[in-house]
Amino acid sequence: MGRKQGNMTMAMASEAPKDGFRLSMLIYDTRFRSFTIQVIVLLLVLLGIGWLVDNTIANLAAKDKDINFGFLWNRAGYDIEQQLIPYTNDSTHGRAAIIGLLNTLVVAFWGCIFATVIGVFVGVLRLSKNWLVGRLMTVYVEAFRNVPLLLWIIVVFVVTSETAPQPKDFKVTAEMVQTGAEPAAQKILFNTIAITNRGWNIPGPLFERPLPTVHLGSVPLNLTFLAIIAAVVGSFVANRRVLRHARLVQEDTGIRPVTWWKSLLILIAPIVILLVALGFHLDIPAFPADENGVSKGFNFQGGILVQHSFSALLIALSLYTGAFIAEAVRAGVMAISRGQTEAAYALGLRPGRTMNLIILPQALRVIIPPLISQYLNLTKNTSLGIAVSYLDLRGTLGGITLNQTGRELECMLLMMLTYLIISLIISSLMNAFNSAVKLKER
Amino acid sequence: MSDTRAETAFIRTEMLAPELPPVTERGIIKWLRENLFAGWLNSALTIVSLLVVFLLLKSALPWWLNGVWNATSLGECRTIAGPEGGACWAVIKARWHQYIFGFYPQDAYWRPILAFALMFVALAPVLYYGLRNGAKLIGTVAVLTVLSLALLDHDVTHVVLIAVLMAVLFAVSWIAPKRLVYVTLLYPFVAFWLLWGGSVWKPVATLLGFGVMVLVYRLIQPRLGVIMGTAIGFLAACFYWLFVQGIITGALGSLPPGLAGVNSDQFGGFLLAFVIGVTAITCSLPIGILLALGRRSDMVLIKTLSVGFIEFIRGVPLITMLFTASLLLQYFLPPQTNFDLILRVVILVTLFAAAYIAEVIRGGLAALPRGQYEAADALGLDYWQAQRLIIMPQALKISIPGIVSTFIGLFKDTTLVSFVGLLDPLRGVTQIVRADINWKGIYWEPYIFVGVIFFLICFGMSRYSMYLEQKLKTDHR
Amino acid sequence: MKKSVFLGVVAATAMTAGFASASTLDDVKARGELLCGSNTGLTGFGAPDANGNWVGFDVSLCRAVAAAVLGDPAKVKFVPTTGETRFTALASGEVDLLVRNSTWTFSRDNDLKLDFVAVNYYDGQGFMVKKDLGVSSAKELDGATVCIQTGTTTELNLADFFKFNNISYTPVTVQDDSEAQRQYLAGACDAYTTDASGLAASRATMADPENHIILPEIISKEPLGPVVRHGDNQWGDIVRWTYFALLIAEEKGITKANIEEVAASSTDPEVRRLLGVEGDSGVMMGLDNNWAKNAIAANGNYGEIFEANIGASTPIGLARGLNALWTQGGLQYAPPLR
Repeated sequence: MGRKQGNMTMAMASEAPKDGFRLSMLIYDTRFRSFTIQVIVLLLVLLGIGWLVDNTIANLAAKDKDINFGFLWNRAGYDIEQQLIPYTNDSTHGRAAIIGLLNTLVVAFWGCIFATVIGVFVGVLRLSKNWLVGRLMTVYVEAFRNVPLLLWIIVVFVVTSETAPQPKDFKVTAEMVQTGAEPAAQKILFNTIAITNRGWNIPGPLFERPLPTVHLGSVPLNLTFLAIIAAVVGSFVANRRVLRHARLVQEDTGIRPVTWWKSLLILIAPIVILLVALGFHLDIPAFPADENGVSKGFNFQGGILVQHSFSALLIALSLYTGAFIAEAVRAGVMAISRGQTEAAYALGLRPGRTMNLIILPQALRVIIPPLISQYLNLTKNTSLGIAVSYLDLRGTLGGITLNQTGRELECMLLMMLTYLIISLIISSLMNAFNSAVKLKER
Repeated sequence: MSDTRAETAFIRTEMLAPELPPVTERGIIKWLRENLFAGWLNSALTIVSLLVVFLLLKSALPWWLNGVWNATSLGECRTIAGPEGGACWAVIKARWHQYIFGFYPQDAYWRPILAFALMFVALAPVLYYGLRNGAKLIGTVAVLTVLSLALLDHDVTHVVLIAVLMAVLFAVSWIAPKRLVYVTLLYPFVAFWLLWGGSVWKPVATLLGFGVMVLVYRLIQPRLGVIMGTAIGFLAACFYWLFVQGIITGALGSLPPGLAGVNSDQFGGFLLAFVIGVTAITCSLPIGILLALGRRSDMVLIKTLSVGFIEFIRGVPLITMLFTASLLLQYFLPPQTNFDLILRVVILVTLFAAAYIAEVIRGGLAALPRGQYEAADALGLDYWQAQRLIIMPQALKISIPGIVSTFIGLFKDTTLVSFVGLLDPLRGVTQIVRADINWKGIYWEPYIFVGVIFFLICFGMSRYSMYLEQKLKTDHR
Repeated sequence: MKKSVFLGVVAATAMTAGFASASTLDDVKARGELLCGSNTGLTGFGAPDANGNWVGFDVSLCRAVAAAVLGDPAKVKFVPTTGETRFTALASGEVDLLVRNSTWTFSRDNDLKLDFVAVNYYDGQGFMVKKDLGVSSAKELDGATVCIQTGTTTELNLADFFKFNNISYTPVTVQDDSEAQRQYLAGACDAYTTDASGLAASRATMADPENHIILPEIISKEPLGPVVRHGDNQWGDIVRWTYFALLIAEEKGITKANIEEVAASSTDPEVRRLLGVEGDSGVMMGLDNNWAKNAIAANGNYGEIFEANIGASTPIGLARGLNALWTQGGLQYAPPLR
């Protein structure tokens, strides 16, 4: 077939050139060629998509299945250990998926923050003149970069759950009450936080006079929470106004008015007043005890339990990504010419301030692009929570829900779409930040 | 010192032997002062670091030192190690081959080893083009291969044959390193045949398809140009693979020489990690190049499609791609088609890697000065000629470190395949080992073993890529 | 260039993998190999040994089916599946048969379009706790932390049980059995819940089994059995009757050792029909008349398989209990072979 066509076009090409349009121009004329190619590619892509859709329909028909997202409104029937919004096993699969999504986001959010902090510290320390510190940091970076993340997650998880004491070690037995002995393990930080091998029991907020919860349609709105957020945001805005005023005064008169006490007052007073008004106090985790002070039960009551599946995933992700960020930071710092440091020294800046005021701000521009991709990697890597059975989006929607309902196609599509949207949001945010701090070249 | 001269009449006629520097300015103390205790912050850091190292050693060292190497079960290990406990390395001694080769037949271990060794030979022209370094590398690999085969108690004929083969390759690389390109081109087929076995005619028949493609291309290209030539050649090859090859393999399939066939479900451990990683990276290179070019193309549709594909793949976690391979691919393929899970995983991992490779190569393309493109245009080269002769050789060279680090990432991520039921070294094989009643309850030892191997491989590769980066940098300045 | 190598390989493999036809039996026969979905490794039920040979209670059933269909118990390819991929693997034809501790439930039978053809192990979900916890009933577990494996029916049962008894608990989901055991031993959960057989196996292999107790409550019915695709009744019958053949063999005292002797000498009509001496039971299913004989000869009868893999003489040490023959007070009951 190819030969025949070849001959045909050959014959056409050998004819004397005529004005007007010839078929061969579609291939040889650069004006039309890209158009031809695009049309062909479009056709191929449409064909390919059509083929896939056709196969999918045929396969679904063969399996007697359909595409139906109705299962999202059915009862889930399973429990999730970490819930940021209320959820019971009577909630729907859709709500379970949202719980999972929130769990993914919370790990990703804190992970990005911790990884950045670790990365900047380690990256700077690797350049330290201290031989031992430099070597240790190199060992850390290389160890984390060259061993699969999956292994690190497992290792951190096992270390935390094997080394911390069991909840029962905190218990006061009748024998201890008699002899006055102390339990084997104690809470830390003024007796407020208990680290057990199940997780971190941290104090939770409690309000004696909470504001009511308002229902907007089916969405519950916690007014207490909203009021606190409003207070914090409001005081920040007010503080900015004060600072701007101070700057204007400074520009006018050359003397900057003393503002620190105003700032402090504006930042702290409203929130404190609000908290007092709401009757805020900390709910400190403790074992329930009978009248003799003998503990009962299996676990701490009260407060918030941060499970080790969360903390281990967070720590491992932060350390792993931190190692990569450290490399990016080191590269960024080394990209700044030595003259900058020398100039800073000449101005009489100490090494610490040189780093903070001169080097890091400039290095930031080099660091940010790799930082974006590390944030994206971290967010995607939260899906490895599967190794410690952290119930994130993959664990709920793409795990238990998928498994219990048998709706692979719907669950997987929904899950991939969600991850895609998260990634796109992060990269667009970071890209906006990047173009904001980018060196404006003219 | 100068004051003493004024007070006395004595004038020294010969130079004093130079004094030793003060004790704080020499030897180990100087080094300590400068490197460990310069300033209070540094000292504090040093002390904290020392403390960390000490605590780590204190908690782990006895366990390491008290390791048990000879035992047949975890229970026996516990008895031998006694109350203070110790590592039970016996499990590694008993099951190491499963961590490396999975369930690959034990008498055929020479095949993956040879395939692995040949990989270095195949890579030599790419990585050390025309340098004696390549020959040295091949020599080292040859010695190691023969040694490991001898240690594995393979029969002598195999060892001798392989030794001769490696010696020949070494000689070739020493005398005419450029000839090794043929090894590179043939390698995929050789490796496929070595690993999966079966009749040699199957890969040969597949290879013939490329012969068809090149032939058709040669015939058509002068008349219709590169694009049509490639397209028609590709179609002809596909036609051959789909309809003709089956007849050829059917006819020749039972003829010798052949190797005992090995099913892909017998692949496991690091063998599986390498098969997935290397295949995916190799296959993703051409796709990645096309995607990168597509992303920089002027054609709106092609650009949109490339960007869409790259961003989609980079936006979802690998694990969802693996679940797609395992759960969803069956929906997208014609009803009743069914092939190997490993192959499906390789396809999806390839697509995944292609998006990352595309970004790496796009970086390489962007790093080329505009003048290169303009020079190519000025020479009157068309798009593909310019890409082939001017742009790609330079862009790919710049991209090699990026490609290596993509490979490292991918190689580490092959551990995720355990979540779809494949035998990766980290969790897959470990789970099987733990299911054995003798080793049920073993925890750290397999992880340490696998982690160390991963570290050695990835660290080696990253150091190599750093070395390469250094070398390439000087080329450009 | 290399992309095309890949395409060639795809084409070649797709061809050799072939296309599944309507009948699973024809596929298996044409392939000369049974594809059996198995665990990724569960002590006693299915795991490969040091040489890569799969052994275990579930594995033996696969081998029996292979022997019945293909005449050779070795012609099985075991496809490890996880809790999440198992049913898809079956539905997509990746495996012909799934024998992987799967619980027969209504929704799996109807919603997932699968057929459970038999129950080779009657199990129930139980709890294991440490003795020093001082708990003697699951109802005393109010406020406790419980380890459960994901991807199974156990998490649903657990939620139901605590809800029904109006007590609270904290779930800790874990990925697999060995991880659950580690967490339980470390005290990261107060109780570990899974099928009672799994609990017994875990307890048996602990360093100090005497310090752990399995609570008396069995909170669910867990009939575990082989699963086939919905709609291929012939294949379902083959698997079902291969299993029943193993039961009948135990009932009639036919063992791996004496099977030839019994076949030659027995006068019991059912035994003669079973072992293909008379009648053509195999032909009706599209098999050889020796199907049951081959199946039994592969690993022995049901009782032998049980004893060899999970029975009292093994370290797992499960009692027959509900899985005794009906003649001995159990539930294992095969319909008459006639």
